[in-house]
Amino acid sequence: MSGSESAASNRWLQGKVALVTGAARGIGLASARLLAGHGATVYLSGRRLELLEALAQEVSEQSGAVVRSLLLDVTDPASVSKAFGSIHRENKGLDVLVNNAGVLKDALIGMVGAEDMATVFGVNTFGVLHCCQYASRLMARRGGGSIVNVSSIIGVTGNAGQAVYAASKSAVIGITKSLAKELAPQNIRVNAVAPGFIDTDMARSLSPEKFQERVDSIKMKRIGTAEDVAGVILFLASPLAEYVTGQTIGVDGGMLI
Amino acid sequence: MEGNSEKLYQTFAAALGVDRSLVTDDLQYNKIAQWDSIAHMSLVAQLETAFDIMLETEDIIDMSSVKKAKEILEKYDVRF
Repeated sequence: MSGSESAASNRWLQGKVALVTGAARGIGLASARLLAGHGATVYLSGRRLELLEALAQEVSEQSGAVVRSLLLDVTDPASVSKAFGSIHRENKGLDVLVNNAGVLKDALIGMVGAEDMATVFGVNTFGVLHCCQYASRLMARRGGGSIVNVSSIIGVTGNAGQAVYAASKSAVIGITKSLAKELAPQNIRVNAVAPGFIDTDMARSLSPEKFQERVDSIKMKRIGTAEDVAGVILFLASPLAEYVTGQTIGVDGGMLI
Repeated sequence: MEGNSEKLYQTFAAALGVDRSLVTDDLQYNKIAQWDSIAHMSLVAQLETAFDIMLETEDIIDMSSVKKAKEILEKYDVRF
């Protein structure tokens, strides 16, 4: 049996409970689908409950797993507390957190408003911290767990016109490394993925010229898919990575910036 | 309720690894070596399990004494 056949025949997350933030589309939705497909009870969270409810039903029917929608604004501590309180009441614990919710606001440094800085850090960085605070406590009750943070290639390499976004995503790597050390004694692993140019709504908002320029900078000569990233998130969430913590894995097809 | 008070004291004693007789309402965070920040998070986990609640982050930060812990737990419908 090949590795891929072996992986397909295993449900790596059977009996586990997972929360995905920003799950209404893109990498979050692809991750939720894959985690559910591997047997996890999955919470699809975000700010658009009606859309999440429809998606939860769809993913549940496709996977056969329990999939629930959850209203969650990661920038609001009260919303985070309420959402994790629901997971506590329903499951008494949590095994996997995928911190995917993110926003992108590009601008040259002289043209970035304070409000946009606060928005980007509120979602991309503080949102991750808020969710890690509660998730780590629910995971500790289960004897361990896995947190996967979605950073970005921009957080690793930096990029012109993206100082704020880069800073917010670099901070995610700092959070990942620090919490990996802090939470290892409780058997909670903390890792990150750093996607490159991925076919999401964010990528599609670029001009055709910019879009092609980005594709040309990728050694594998194609844009990545949300499923490409979700596969690595599944790996980090699963027992296959049970001795991996504090790492940031690039999912970028060899992209150069 | 008397039962909840004793349950609270026993949980503190177990989480901090101290004798039950040391746990009074006046016991304060960081005033004994056993109640440091690491023990505090263990204490929170054990309190949450014992009383089947989930504390908000601000309440964890504010839990500076046994007396304060009682006040906070009352917010979660635990009666003393």
